Amino acid sequence: MTTETITKNQDVPDYNYEIVRMFVIATCFWGVVGMMAGVFIATQLAFPDLNVEPYLNFGRLRPLHTSAVIFAFGGNALFATSYYVVQRTCRARLWGGDGLAKFTFWGYQAFIVIAAVGYVLGVTQGKEYAEPEWYADLWLTIVWVVYLLIFMMTVINRKEPHLYVANWFYLAFIITVAVLHLGNNVIIPVEWLGAKSYSVPSGVQSAMIQWWYGHNAVGFFLTAGFLGMMYYFVPKRAERPVYSYRLSIVHFWSLIFIYIWAGPHHLYYTALPDWAQTLGMTFSIMLWMPSWGGMINGIMTLSGAWEKLRKDPVIQFMVVALAFYGMSTFEGPLMAIRAVNSLSHYTDWTVGHVHSGALGWVGFITFGALYYLVPKLWGREEVYSLKLVSLHLWVASLGIVFYISSMWVSGIMQGLMWRSYDDLGFLNYSFVESVVAMHPFYVIRALGGLLYLSGALIMCYNFYRTIRGDVAVGEVDKDGNPRQPRNASQEGDAALKPAE
Amino acid sequence: MSDDKKKDIDEISGVETTGHEWDGLKELNNPLPRWWIWVWVISIIWSIWYFVVYPAWPVPGGATEGTSGYTQFKELQESQQEIVQRQQQYLSDFEKAEFHQIMDDPGLYAFAMAGGRAAFKDNCAVCHGTGAEGGIGYPNLNDDDWLWGGTMDAIHTTLEYGIRADNLDTRLSQMPAFGKEGLLNKEQIDEVVEYVMALSSDEDVTQMPGHQIFQQNCASCHGPDAKGMHEFGAPNLTDGIWLYGGERADIYETVYNARNSLMPAWNERLDDNTIRQLTVYVHQLGGGVEEAAKEPTSILSPVKSMEE
Repeated sequence: MTTETITKNQDVPDYNYEIVRMFVIATCFWGVVGMMAGVFIATQLAFPDLNVEPYLNFGRLRPLHTSAVIFAFGGNALFATSYYVVQRTCRARLWGGDGLAKFTFWGYQAFIVIAAVGYVLGVTQGKEYAEPEWYADLWLTIVWVVYLLIFMMTVINRKEPHLYVANWFYLAFIITVAVLHLGNNVIIPVEWLGAKSYSVPSGVQSAMIQWWYGHNAVGFFLTAGFLGMMYYFVPKRAERPVYSYRLSIVHFWSLIFIYIWAGPHHLYYTALPDWAQTLGMTFSIMLWMPSWGGMINGIMTLSGAWEKLRKDPVIQFMVVALAFYGMSTFEGPLMAIRAVNSLSHYTDWTVGHVHSGALGWVGFITFGALYYLVPKLWGREEVYSLKLVSLHLWVASLGIVFYISSMWVSGIMQGLMWRSYDDLGFLNYSFVESVVAMHPFYVIRALGGLLYLSGALIMCYNFYRTIRGDVAVGEVDKDGNPRQPRNASQEGDAALKPAE
Repeated sequence: MSDDKKKDIDEISGVETTGHEWDGLKELNNPLPRWWIWVWVISIIWSIWYFVVYPAWPVPGGATEGTSGYTQFKELQESQQEIVQRQQQYLSDFEKAEFHQIMDDPGLYAFAMAGGRAAFKDNCAVCHGTGAEGGIGYPNLNDDDWLWGGTMDAIHTTLEYGIRADNLDTRLSQMPAFGKEGLLNKEQIDEVVEYVMALSSDEDVTQMPGHQIFQQNCASCHGPDAKGMHEFGAPNLTDGIWLYGGERADIYETVYNARNSLMPAWNERLDDNTIRQLTVYVHQLGGGVEEAAKEPTSILSPVKSMEE
């Protein structure tokens, strides 16, 4: 905390960092688990013989991957950072005592395990991102309400007169996810002692509710929540004020108002009525600028501190995250245009789009926040090695490039193959021929995922050494000042080979 | 803003802050970027235009229809219209034409082959393979070894009604499970397997012990010469082509438990034009048998004229 700008205030309470540390460790753990699952299922797509029936086939592992990275990795990261940010920006210890906070930790981990076990055993509602059956849903509801209560009451008990922007986003995320979760899981269990349930709405109504949920899981879990993270950690690390208060207000309200309408763009050319499709499309287009408001505010916060972008790999993580955020929130509205969607829908383009947001935005902003947070939480000046942070950045960025470019090519190729017909009006390709054509791109994609996973492992190692209290040889801090190497265990050679 | 004691100016940018501070964080009071507002306004204006032109807002009794009269069904019809137009010029002739007329007309032949290829890959390739190469239990359609006959009419009937399908007119035959049903004992089966394996070699098989068993039990369907009979779907056992594998264990399994695989009746799923296109396509794949007394050149000439 060499250049910490905190004004020392005798009112600063004793914050609950223990809970944040727990969630940070869970974030790293589930991140590696979820990314491993991703690499494995990507490899299964390239080499279908790797399907192990029935427990480890693609159909069961795919929701395991998505839930592990979104809800386990992303969710724990949001818990960790929201608990940290709300305490520090409200100058109030977490409401409800340490036991209640710990309940949300163990309760949430239990939900993840219950859901994951269900997937492997074939228990599913068959709704994307809402696969867990009713018993897991009920449990999550309890945990989530406690989370909301802790967050809300901490905000209410705050000692600052105003509420910092990051907290608006976190609160919008927590409340909306609760509403979405309840709205999309209205079911009737059909067995006394079994897991099976049926959705109360059926047909197109069920589909519409599902994509209202699914799209806003992206909007409020993966966008609003992580924007909250961005609004704290970017100005903190850059040591600059947020660029525009007015922009933050306008883009916050416009984002949450418009996002909630955009779900129907997942259901073009289906039984969904034309009017609903139109609303989904137009609101997706109108969402473009409100989404970009967050990117502008994040990147422009660096104005006056651009030299940090050259020196500090943690800032680089955050800025690359914002760039990917900007790119995928432009690509999203583009793909929501009906004509574009008729080509892109059901293809790998969608998968690539999701991953440019997930790997580029969600992953990178989380890594940036964690690199800031871990030294603070464990009382270290800086992470073990900023050079390893830099290595992580480049390995992961290369992985993303492999991933999304291969999915663009294969997705557009799929779309074109499926609609291609000859002079006599007959289809040129069968479905299976398009599957065969995907093979090289699936291999490249798996490679990209492997690089991204390797980056996460580098991060975990870096954190392990940071927590132990080590400093690598030849390190400089984020301002370029040399650091004294240190090996806490005092064993053998303290020198870690420099990463570059 | 509220605490307006003194303006707090950020030194680096010279921009006023809002005067609030949280954990050392401040906010500048920069205005909204102009270009940002404009692009947003334009996207909203475009959306309002879209609301007017397309079906957009639910109202009692339905939804606003939009001035363009657009519906996704119309869009589908329009895009299918182009396909229909391309096919229409051939389809009316194709419907009326006999198979030999299709073969003699380069345009109809090309039409049948294109339609057959597309339909084959979507419907038949799952079992028979994209190259119609077949697999264990699924016949190779590139050779001239036909179970139920290789003439146009025979192929057409197979396609229409299937084999052992759930259809009244389906092609039906059942090889007995000689072992399971106790018709032959294990020694006899071993002998007949030995015999069947020798059939596709140059050996003289008439002296083999299996010969007698074969003639008594198998010849009624497979023929005394073991060359098969199309009316029973009984395969030729002398050509070295094995639907379920030619190893001793495979043939033993066939004789002991019998094999009766199934092909769907496609007239329940495909229209007759598509089935006729498939017939021509499959017939042309390799070993289509000519109808009685037709010149073989008729197979090649349309292809030639297509290339011209």
